[in-house]
Amino acid sequence: MSEVLYARAQMAYSLAFHIIFASVGIAMPLLMVIAEVLWLRTGDAEYLKLAKRWAKGTAVFFAVGAVSGTVLSFELGLLFPAFMEHAGPLVGLPFSLEGFAFFTEAIFLGIYLYGWDKVGRWVHVGAGLVVAASGALSAVFVTIVNAWMNAPTGFRVEDGKIVDIDPLRAMATPFALHEILHTLLAAYMATTLAGGAIHAWALLRARTSSFHRRALAISLAVTIPVSLAQPLVGHYAGQQIAVHQPMKLAALEGLEQTQPRAPLTVGPLEVPGLLSFMAFNDPDAVVKGLEEIPVQDRPHWIVRSSFQVMVGLGSLAAGYALFTLAVAVRRRRLPEGRLWLLTSIALGPAGVIAMEAGWVVTEVGRQPWTIYGVLRTADAATPVKDLWLPFAIFAAVYAVLGVVVGGVLVRQVRGTTDPPAEGG
Amino acid sequence: MLPELFAGVILAALVLYALLGGADFGGGVWDLLARGPRAADQRRVIERAIAPVWEANHVWLILAVVMLFTAFPPAFSAIAIDLHVPLVLMLVGIVLRGSAFVFRQYGDGGRASTERWGRVFAIASTVTPVVIGVTVGAITTGARRASGVPPSTLDLSWLGGFELLVGLFTLALFAFLAAAYLTVEAQTPELRDDFRARAIGASLSAGALAGAAALAAGPATTRFADRLTGSWWSLPLAGLTTAVALGALALLFTRRFGLARVVAGSQVVLVLLGWGAAQYPVLVAPDLTIASAAAPAATLEVVWPVLIAGSVLLFPSLYWMLRVFKAGQR
Ligand code: HDD
Ligand code: HEM
Ligand code: HEM
Repeated sequence: MSEVLYARAQMAYSLAFHIIFASVGIAMPLLMVIAEVLWLRTGDAEYLKLAKRWAKGTAVFFAVGAVSGTVLSFELGLLFPAFMEHAGPLVGLPFSLEGFAFFTEAIFLGIYLYGWDKVGRWVHVGAGLVVAASGALSAVFVTIVNAWMNAPTGFRVEDGKIVDIDPLRAMATPFALHEILHTLLAAYMATTLAGGAIHAWALLRARTSSFHRRALAISLAVTIPVSLAQPLVGHYAGQQIAVHQPMKLAALEGLEQTQPRAPLTVGPLEVPGLLSFMAFNDPDAVVKGLEEIPVQDRPHWIVRSSFQVMVGLGSLAAGYALFTLAVAVRRRRLPEGRLWLLTSIALGPAGVIAMEAGWVVTEVGRQPWTIYGVLRTADAATPVKDLWLPFAIFAAVYAVLGVVVGGVLVRQVRGTTDPPAEGG
Repeated sequence: MLPELFAGVILAALVLYALLGGADFGGGVWDLLARGPRAADQRRVIERAIAPVWEANHVWLILAVVMLFTAFPPAFSAIAIDLHVPLVLMLVGIVLRGSAFVFRQYGDGGRASTERWGRVFAIASTVTPVVIGVTVGAITTGARRASGVPPSTLDLSWLGGFELLVGLFTLALFAFLAAAYLTVEAQTPELRDDFRARAIGASLSAGALAGAAALAAGPATTRFADRLTGSWWSLPLAGLTTAVALGALALLFTRRFGLARVVAGSQVVLVLLGWGAAQYPVLVAPDLTIASAAAPAATLEVVWPVLIAGSVLLFPSLYWMLRVFKAGQR
C-alpha cells in the first residue's frame, strides 16, 4: 500500500469508529432526559431506572467518543498537514465553536452522571437537556467543516494560493444545510434503531416487561419522525450534489453519458426523465455523465454500492416507521406481535450501517479531492514515511476497544434482562 | 497584536490543561503507586476525585490544538510532521487512559476485569505525561526539524536527553499536583498523610529534574537557554518560582492542605509561564514564530469574539461544576 493510502485508510477507520460513539453521544442524552422527565411527571420508578441505565451506557460511549475525537483532531494534522495548513484559517471558526460545544457537553454530562443527589431534580433535568443540545450542536459545527471540504466557499485561489479568506462565508457553504440535517437525523436513527432492537429482543423473551415496553416506546418516539424525515433530506442532499458535485451524482446513478431526460433505474425498471426530475425538478434537464472526467478521476465503485445500501436501508426503516405509526394511531398502542418485534430486531443495525455507508458516499465520492476542486488528496497527505506503523497501532487499539465496548454493552443489557424480577 | 493574544490563549489553555487535566494524570500515577494497608482506599479517593471532572478537564487540550491550527496553521502542521511519533504515542496514552477509566467504572465485569482496567488506566496515566513533556521539549529544541533527516515514523531524532528530562519533569509535576489536591479530597487523617508524603516526595523530585533539565537546555537549545537565564525577568521569575515551591512544601509540612493546594497550582502556573516567556516569540524552533506562522487577520478577527463569548459561557459552567463536586470535601 502507498503512503497516501495508509493515511486515507487510517483517517477513514478513525472517523468510522468515532462516528458511532459520537452518534450515541448525541442521541442517548435525549432519551435519558425524556425518561427522567416522565419519571418526574408520573412518579413511576421504572422511568427512573431507565434514565439511570441509559445514563450508564451514555457514560461509556461518551468517554470513548471523546478520546477517539481527540485522536481525530490531531490526525487532521498528522495525516493531512497541508490540508490543515490551507484549511485551518477557514475552518478554524467552526472548529472553535465546536470546541466550546464539547466543553459544555463534557461539563454538564459530568453534572448529570454524578450529580443525581447533588443538585435539584429539575436542575438535573436541565443539565441533561444541555448535554443533549450541546452534543447536537458540536455535530452541527464539525459537519460544517466537512460540508466546506465538499463545497468550499469563502476564498479565492490566486497562483495556487488561497487568498481573500472569509471564514463566515466559509461556514455558509451550500452543503451545510443538508449535511447537518442528514447527519443529525442519521445519529438519532442509528442510536434509536439499535437501542430499540435491544429492548425489542428483551420483550421477545419477556413479553410482559413494562420496563422494556416503556424503553421501546420512548425510543420509537424518536425513531419514527427521524426515519420519515431522512429520505426527504436525502433527496435534498441529492439535489445539492447534482448542482455542486455532478460527478458524484453520476457515480451514484452509474450514469455514463451526459444526457437530457436522464432515466432513473430502480431494479428492472427504467423510468425516462425521472433522474433529471429528481435532480433538477425538471424531466428535461441535462444530467452530466462520468464521461466528463478522465477515467482515473472517476469515483470508486464503492460509492455507488454504498449509496444503494444507504437508500435501501433508509427505505426499509421509513416503511417500518410508517407501519408502526399507523398501528399506534389506530390502536392507540404499540404493535406487539412476534413478527413486528423480529422486524424491530432485524432493523437494529440498519441505522449504523446506513450512516457509515452515507459517509463513504460523501467522502470517497469526493475523491480525488480533499478540498473539492482546490486541493488533491495526494497533495494534502503528510510527507512522513512508514505510515504503516501508526496505521497498525491505531487499528489494533480500536479493534480492542470495539470488542471491549461490545462486551460492556452486552453485560449492561444482560443486567436488565436476565433476572426476571428486575427486568419484569 | 492579535497573534500575540492568540499565543497567550494557547498558553493559558495549556496552563489550565496542566492544572486540571495534568492532575488527573497524576491521580493515575498514584493509583499505580498505591501501597501499604490503605492502597485500596487511596485508589478510591483518586477515582472519586477524577470521575466527574476528567472529561471536562481534558477539553483544554483540544482547545489548545484547535487554537493552534486556527491561529498558527504552519506551526500545527510542522509539529504534526516532525513529532508524528510522540504525538501518536501521546494519543494512544490518552485513548487508553480514558477508556480504561470508564471500563473500570462501568464495565460491570466483576473483580478481575475491574482490576485489569485499573492497571491499564494507571500505566497509561503514568506514561502519557512523560510523552507530553517529551513533545514539549522537542518543540522547544526544534532538533527534529534541524536534523535534516527526512521524517519517518521509525526515526528517533525527536528524543534527546533534554527532551527526556522535560518528560520526567512533567511526570513529577503532574504527580505533585495530584498529591497536593488529594490531601484535600481524602477523608481520613491517615489518607491525608499518605498523600502529603507523596506530594513532598514528588515536589523534591520535580525540583531535581527541573535543575537537570535547565542544565541540559544549554547544549540542546542555546536560544531558549539564553532567554531563560539571561533575560531581565530571569532572576525575579526564578526567585518567585523557588519561593512558591518552598512555600508549598512548608504548607504541606505544616498540614495546611487547603492553602497548599492553591500554592502548588501557582507553582505549576509559574513553570509554564517561564517556559512561554523563554520560548517567545518562537512557536516551533528554530524558525516558526508568532509573526511568521500567524493566520490571516480575517481569521483572527472573527475567532476572537467567539473566544470571548465562549469564555463567558464556559467559566461560569466550569465554576459551577467544580463547586458541585469539589466543595464540601475540605
Ligand atoms: C455527527 C457528529 C460528529 C462528527 C461527524 C464528528 N464528531 Fe467528533 N464528536 C461528536 C460529534 C461528531 C460528539 C457527539 O459531539 C462528541 C462525542 C463525545 C463528545 O465529547 O463529543 C465528539 C467528540 C470529539 C472530540 C472530543 C471532545 C471532548 O473530548 O470532549 C473531538 C476533538 C472531536 N470529536 C473531533 C472531531 C473531528 C476532528 C471530526 C472530523 C474530522 C469529528 N469529530 C467528527
Ligand atoms: C432513504 C433515502 C436516502 C437518500 C436519498 C440519501 C441520500 C444521500 C446523499 C445524496 C448523500 C451524499 C451527500 C453529499 O455527498 O453531500 C448522503 C450522505 C449521507 N447519508 Fe444518506 N440518504 C438516504 C438515507 C440515509 C439514511 C437512512 C442514513 C442513516 C441513518 C443516511 C446517512 C447518511 C450520512 C451519514 C451521509 C454523509 C453525510 C452527508 O453528506 O450528509 N442516509 N445521503
Ligand atoms: C464521521 C463520519 C465520517 C466518516 C465515516 C468519514 C469517512 C471518511 C473516509 C472513508 C475517508 C477516506 C476517503 C478516501 O480517501 O477515499 C475520509 C477522508 C477524510 N475525511 Fe472523512 N468521514 C467522516 C466525516 C468527516 C468530517 C466531519 C471531516 C472534517 C471535519 C472529515 C475529514 C476528512 C479528511 C481530512 C479526510 C482525508 C482526506 C481525503 O481523503 O480526502 N471527515 N473520511
